[in-house]
Amino acid sequence: MLYETVIGLEVHVQLKTASKLFCGCSTQFGALPNTQVCPVCLGFPGTLPVLNEKALTYAVMTGLALGSEIAKESKFDRKNYFYPDLPKAYQISQYDKPICVGGEVPVDIDGIKKSIRLTRIHLEEDAGKLVHFTRDSGVDYNRGGVPLVEIVSEPDLRSPKEAYEYLRSLKSILEYLDVSDCNMEEGSLRCDANVSLRPVGTEAFGTKAEIKNLNSFRNVEKAIIYEIERQKKILEDGGRIIQETRLWDQDQSLTRSMRSKEEAHDYRYFPEPDLVAISIPLEKIEFLKKNLPELPHIRCDRFMKEYGLSQYDAEVLTAEKNLADFFEKGAHCSKNAKALGNWIMGDLMRELKLKNLNISQSPVSVDALIELVELIEVGKISGKMAKDVFMNMFGEGQSPKDIVQSKGLSQLSDASELESVVKKVIQENPKSVEDYRSGKKNAITYLVGQVMKVTKGRANPKLVNELLEKEL
Amino acid sequence: MNSNPTDLTLHEWSDLIQKREVSSTDVVRSLLARIQEKESKIHAYIRFDEKAALEKAGHLDNIPTESRKGILWGLPISNKDIICVKGVETTCASKILSGYIPPYNATVVEKLNGAGAILFGNTNMDEFAMGSSTETSAYGVTRNPWDLERIPGGSSGGSAAAVAAGEAIAALGTDTGGSIRQPAALSGCVGLKPTYGRVSRYGLIAFASSLDQIGPITQDVEDTALILQVIAGHDPKDSTSLDIPVPDYRSTMKKGVKGLKIGLPKEYFIEGMDVEVKQSIDDAVKVLSGLGAEFVSCQLPHTNYAVATYYILATAQASSNLARYDGVQYGFRAKQFSSLVDLYFQTRGEGFGEEVKRRIILGTYALSSGYYDAYYLKAQKVRTLIKNDFDKVFDHCDAVLTPTSPSCAFKIGEKMNDPLKMYLSDIFTISANLAGIPGISIPCGFSKEGLPIGLQILGKHFDEATILKVAYAFEQATEFHKKRPDVRRAEGSKL
Repeated sequence: MLYETVIGLEVHVQLKTASKLFCGCSTQFGALPNTQVCPVCLGFPGTLPVLNEKALTYAVMTGLALGSEIAKESKFDRKNYFYPDLPKAYQISQYDKPICVGGEVPVDIDGIKKSIRLTRIHLEEDAGKLVHFTRDSGVDYNRGGVPLVEIVSEPDLRSPKEAYEYLRSLKSILEYLDVSDCNMEEGSLRCDANVSLRPVGTEAFGTKAEIKNLNSFRNVEKAIIYEIERQKKILEDGGRIIQETRLWDQDQSLTRSMRSKEEAHDYRYFPEPDLVAISIPLEKIEFLKKNLPELPHIRCDRFMKEYGLSQYDAEVLTAEKNLADFFEKGAHCSKNAKALGNWIMGDLMRELKLKNLNISQSPVSVDALIELVELIEVGKISGKMAKDVFMNMFGEGQSPKDIVQSKGLSQLSDASELESVVKKVIQENPKSVEDYRSGKKNAITYLVGQVMKVTKGRANPKLVNELLEKEL
Repeated sequence: MNSNPTDLTLHEWSDLIQKREVSSTDVVRSLLARIQEKESKIHAYIRFDEKAALEKAGHLDNIPTESRKGILWGLPISNKDIICVKGVETTCASKILSGYIPPYNATVVEKLNGAGAILFGNTNMDEFAMGSSTETSAYGVTRNPWDLERIPGGSSGGSAAAVAAGEAIAALGTDTGGSIRQPAALSGCVGLKPTYGRVSRYGLIAFASSLDQIGPITQDVEDTALILQVIAGHDPKDSTSLDIPVPDYRSTMKKGVKGLKIGLPKEYFIEGMDVEVKQSIDDAVKVLSGLGAEFVSCQLPHTNYAVATYYILATAQASSNLARYDGVQYGFRAKQFSSLVDLYFQTRGEGFGEEVKRRIILGTYALSSGYYDAYYLKAQKVRTLIKNDFDKVFDHCDAVLTPTSPSCAFKIGEKMNDPLKMYLSDIFTISANLAGIPGISIPCGFSKEGLPIGLQILGKHFDEATILKVAYAFEQATEFHKKRPDVRRAEGSKL
């Protein structure tokens, strides 16, 4: 039987606020354990939460960017369960009245545009972290109370690849909004995947498994691939999938059962009595809507139109906001935005990656790149020479003009200067000359090469070609 | 000066201190002397720090008159063992919080300190404020100063008994379903539960978050006004506290009741009510009528559902609020356990008393999947109906008058094995918590056995001024608040 995969994702995103969701403690990553805690986020008896307005604003912005409906009235609920990293033994989350309802994430799968519907986006506080030692365990509550939005998709995804692209698109949008760092290593973006199979052509959902603890896009893809195979095998052997929560084991590349539906938590949700209901004024929603930044897919379309880029190039250049900003700053004043784009996507990105730098740390400014492109355009240097110039720019941070000047790299485009070299080469290579004259037109490339060799690559190959043809 | 100085009220002491006729140290010494005499009989306190109180008093006395700020300057206020004072062990009368020392002050404590008061001693209470008799305390029962065989009411029984016995000049209590008003009534004190949101709950260890309020238990209405004045007001640390102006209670309460319309809800004057209680309330109505108040009959038709509604909402919230006492972070931890889950089981099993466990189980059940709609959600809807009842009455009434408790103080142990009977002790007070409205209990008579009877006055949201007005007018026209229990008279103390 042929099966269709049905995937829904729950993505937890840490909001980029300076303080926690319900108290003033810092959210800075990497601090010593339990140095960013207070009686409130430790849930000490008698303490009360007070909502961080900035976090609420960021959640609303996220919803607006993803086309969700912003709830006129929303509230917080308590999700009750016992675990040492949860100081109050309940998490303040949202249950039946999330801050954002619906919405969608645009994805592009091999050129086919698709829209993945969202169920909801809600705000919640993060829990702490258990640290295990040889004999016992400790708890670090620094993360406890850090603001998260949970973005829940409809089961609209059909393949691991779609899941991957969905996450990429979502991450890119969040970065554009500047509401999250989306740094997966620091846990500011985490994902759970619900995976089920159903016979192709049927409507009813199969029994799903929820895979937790997915901390990279690749792991999401790998875990789903594994899970599909696991479920397929069971179904093909006539077995039944049991509804359960599974953990992704990164080291062994497999999913493992964590708890079954029977042992599933009863979270005993109820409205958080310590916080009043949230009602966001319409004017505030309108204001945020008006001031949303341009989103990546829209910018991508604009780049194609405005700068004549291919879809692929536009996608690469808009995937990351900083990169798109870098490109666009130059594209505005460059006569050849396409060439500029190629330099950025090609040499610059390659070198940055090698040095483990991001675009905002680039030693080469976009203005310098424009200069480089122009030097090629006017024939001052060849494309090949430009590669060397670029490496010098990257290494020493000098302007391309200075490099060309100081290294005497400028292209020999003066016919009178080149003529003597051309004549000399013709004289010294009678065999090739003979070949050319007898019809082997390819023989000219050898002669061009010889001229280039003599001029140490500085000769303008186009001009050399012309001169050779004339002489021959 | 009064022949028995510890019978002085807060405002009387305050006047003496302001005039520099006595020092704060004198006040604290006199109080400590009284405690030394009476505490062994009453057991109103769980702990107090004699040295710290004297030190603070000495410090305040050394501050020159012109630099003194605050209307409670140098006055000791006793604190229920559920309100956090930085550096002072606070346990909610529970074993599970033994050894817990809050690293911060409750907002009310900050405000009292700011007004020059001395936070003095932690009073006994029902464990986690669950009870109506102070018998569920892990530290033993408190006795009623009017009859040592009887309970002082609860859960703020320690505060009420301390005030009644002269072991406290005034005290803080908390009221979730009547825990200030009922013990005030049974111990012959004045007790006020402010509007929900009037006084910050920050630092009040939660029992049922949507019902809890902090309020004063005092010897007379003026003292209640004095303390409310200090502790009321918006607190940015408590989202549920409202930013509504705080009137000058002490001056507004003195304006008389002429023209005030007071409702008598027929649902509160039912068969089975204690005859003596009924008689006292009838008499009180006559007194207030004589002062110019107009009484009308009114209806609060959902009163019957109040106790049931309360025990769903309060226990559900309590089950969640008390979940943090798991032996992981602070307080008591069981000595022996085999795993993480066992640590939870053993710690909570050993740390909580019977009544607390009973309510946690009730609340957990009410919230568990499949039952939420039938219990919690339904209870919330009934709560709205109860609130609407009051709104309707307050459309044409300025206040509502009822008994505080259906009977006088009962005997120790009398209701301990019958929780349902115990729950009915709060039948007249619970509705105010569900509706969020303010209520005050004042002494309005005594039974033949010499036990105090309380009169409850309920008001509109944030209209504490009106109920204080009614209470003050009644108090000025009567002598009940001046009567002291024998335990107070038996021995004197020196100033």
